[in-house]
Amino acid sequence: MNAESLRDLWLTYQSTVAFIGLNGLLALSVYTTLSCGQLSLAQAGFMALGSYASAVLTLHTQAPFPAVLLAGTLVPALVAVPLGLPVLRLKGVFLAIATIGFGEVVRIFFVNLDFTNGALGLVAIPQRTHVLTIYGALAVALFVLWRIQGSRAGYALEAIREDEPAARTMGIHATAYKLSMLVLGAALAGLAGALDAHFNFMVEPSSYSFGRVVEMLVFAVVGGTTVFYGPVVGAAFLTLLPEVLREVGGRIGLQPGPLRLFVNGLVLLLVILFLPSGLVSLPRRIRRWLEARRAAAHAA
Amino acid sequence: MRLSLADVRRTFGGLKAVDGVGFEVDAGEVHGLIGPNGAGKTTLLNLVSGLIRPTAGAVTLEGRRIERLPTHRIAALGITRTYQNIRLFPALSAAENVLVGSHLRRSDPLWRRMVFAPGYRREEADALQRALSLLARVGLEDRARERASNLSYGEQRRVEIARALASGPRVLLLDEPTAGMNPSEVASIGALIKEVARAGHSVLLVEHNVKLVMDVCDRITVLNFGRVIADGTPAAVAQDPAVIAAYLGAEG
Amino acid sequence: MGQQIVNGLFLGSIYALFALGYTLVFGVLDILNLAHQAVFMLCAYVALALVLHLHLPMLLAFPVSVAAGGVLGVLVERVAFRPLRGRSDSNISGLISSIALATVLEALALQLFGPDVERFPFGVVPDRSLRLGDAVVSELQVVIIAIALAMLAALTYLLRRTVLGRRIRAVAESPAAARILGINVDRVIASSFFVSSALGGAAGILFGLAFNSVSPDMGRTVELKGLAVIILGGMGSMPGAAVAGFALGLLEVFTVAKIGSSYRDAIAFGVLFLVLVVRPRGLLGPAALREA
Repeated sequence: MNAESLRDLWLTYQSTVAFIGLNGLLALSVYTTLSCGQLSLAQAGFMALGSYASAVLTLHTQAPFPAVLLAGTLVPALVAVPLGLPVLRLKGVFLAIATIGFGEVVRIFFVNLDFTNGALGLVAIPQRTHVLTIYGALAVALFVLWRIQGSRAGYALEAIREDEPAARTMGIHATAYKLSMLVLGAALAGLAGALDAHFNFMVEPSSYSFGRVVEMLVFAVVGGTTVFYGPVVGAAFLTLLPEVLREVGGRIGLQPGPLRLFVNGLVLLLVILFLPSGLVSLPRRIRRWLEARRAAAHAA
Repeated sequence: MRLSLADVRRTFGGLKAVDGVGFEVDAGEVHGLIGPNGAGKTTLLNLVSGLIRPTAGAVTLEGRRIERLPTHRIAALGITRTYQNIRLFPALSAAENVLVGSHLRRSDPLWRRMVFAPGYRREEADALQRALSLLARVGLEDRARERASNLSYGEQRRVEIARALASGPRVLLLDEPTAGMNPSEVASIGALIKEVARAGHSVLLVEHNVKLVMDVCDRITVLNFGRVIADGTPAAVAQDPAVIAAYLGAEG
Repeated sequence: MGQQIVNGLFLGSIYALFALGYTLVFGVLDILNLAHQAVFMLCAYVALALVLHLHLPMLLAFPVSVAAGGVLGVLVERVAFRPLRGRSDSNISGLISSIALATVLEALALQLFGPDVERFPFGVVPDRSLRLGDAVVSELQVVIIAIALAMLAALTYLLRRTVLGRRIRAVAESPAAARILGINVDRVIASSFFVSSALGGAAGILFGLAFNSVSPDMGRTVELKGLAVIILGGMGSMPGAAVAGFALGLLEVFTVAKIGSSYRDAIAFGVLFLVLVVRPRGLLGPAALREA
């Protein structure tokens, strides 16, 4: 293969590679709160805040790109604090619903904001995000989450997920931990939003609907939420799958839109029913199954 | 005195679960809390550990009012507990459960781990070592890596005690620690309680096993229908007509 | 003024029907069924198909599609909820599995019917209108409000006066106790899904008729509005859901009239958010349910 065709290949798949990274970041933003047992669905709203904050900075000021990214990360993180304090008292489904409400309020706010062109959104944002920027950000996020796992704080989070009142009686300040993870998730979603805005040239309110956060949740759950890299595995799998399916589905006369939706839903359903720890637990499952078979063969 | 309760009350709807209870637990003392089912013993432990708030009354730890403090602050002041209906973290291993228990005693901040600061591995190894030696103290050194949910009932109770001890509590609340255990296990728990008290911790023990209570407790408070009906040394309480009546009444 | 009240009640009746289905399942199982909106949408398509292809009159197509909705609900329960029962995180995993199933059903609708809005043929529904004081009310609006009220009454009767209703309430109170009493809990849960989804399906058909548009994504907005309604009414409370449904309908109509249509959707979520933060048990919900 010569250099020319390698370049063509890269140009064809560059955006897919970028989307895997962005979706990985978004999946991690859902994972952070799930890791302490909280289902927050405010992430599309946080992402919108990051996208808009960064896009406005780029379009209206001379701010350098790193500063723009920082703003896109910090704005939703700061919003997450006053949001989290009242909302994190809610448990389970009620937290999910409250955060859905927050996400929709953010979206409708931008639909009605004339400064950012309402429902049309911002266009002609210069492309500043390189694929490497995305993967740099993803690497940092993974590093942080990797170091949390197994630390004193990491065990505190697991304890909160398993039994919050019992964790409190161990002296764990559950509210502080839950709030920190919500803020971290908001920062990751905002960062992904800022990177996305400067990769796709545009920002529009309709991309931050409830469907978007469901997609992030699907990535995280399908990949697995018991280890920090699970969500990224899920994002990669589900971003690549439609590419493959488009080829196959086209040949048997299925439209790509419904097919992608169908497969996403089906994969999620199968994982939640039969593989609750996600795709990352699959190798272990298979190994165990093989061992059991071998043992059975020995016995016989 | 270390822990003192004064006129503590708690109602649920119209029900007076705890109705004006007061007693004191000294440093290094094992204080028994007994009474028929529904007497309000577990409610009282929930009140002291901050899982629920009293309707009225004061809970004081070494001169400091604690009954309105958040649960984790109460734990930080030195009160930890076990649960009647075991509440381990089921997906964590026995050792990890004890590690969670040592949350308050560990000082290794996250940033040191993030930047691979020199010595952070040592701190973590020390914490794990402490957890393992606590498991050894309750006789579970060979079960350390097992998932809590895979342990037997008696083993789970012992992990809970190790987890509670891991925070280095000044007051340890034990809610029926020997329920479902065989006599030799009960004896080893009794020895452990005495040992803990000798080390200067106070123990508030809710227990149905009368023999164990008589054996390990320095003082006993007897509750019935949320009220104190007797308080004193094991020998005195055992003679108390009100106690005998309450227990016979409960039996009949 | 009168006009807006009628319009508000009309919109509210659809919200109320939809939300009742939501809250019925939540009351029984403590689980949010996010596939409810897919049933809402598919029932509208079933009614449309019956009218378009089998040339059934609406009077017949409506009950048939409502029953189909019920059956679909039983299916949803079998696939997305029953396998998870007894798992410790079943309220979150059930939420997720129902989202998954909703996605699958929406994809099926997209594949079968295409993404475009479809309409009921002319003449299926009455198009006359009548005057009520200063308000102009279409016959369709009257019929829809009447059907919604009739179904509310039927549901109240079912829950209060029938054996099934008593069993549903027993299971909602405590599944374990119900089982001891000899109630077949699985069957009662399946029945409540049937009733819930029939209500949701009816709401979908009425919605399709009211706005004369049926599309694969028609359930999405209503789903989120429905959440606002059950939170406002108090999770698990039937009267709460009915009252809050009408309240939200009125509130939206008046918002459009007084403030402008672009804030119509913000009202629902503003209310939802505020209620959860200030008074989490809603208007008529049981106390101390949802705080840790």
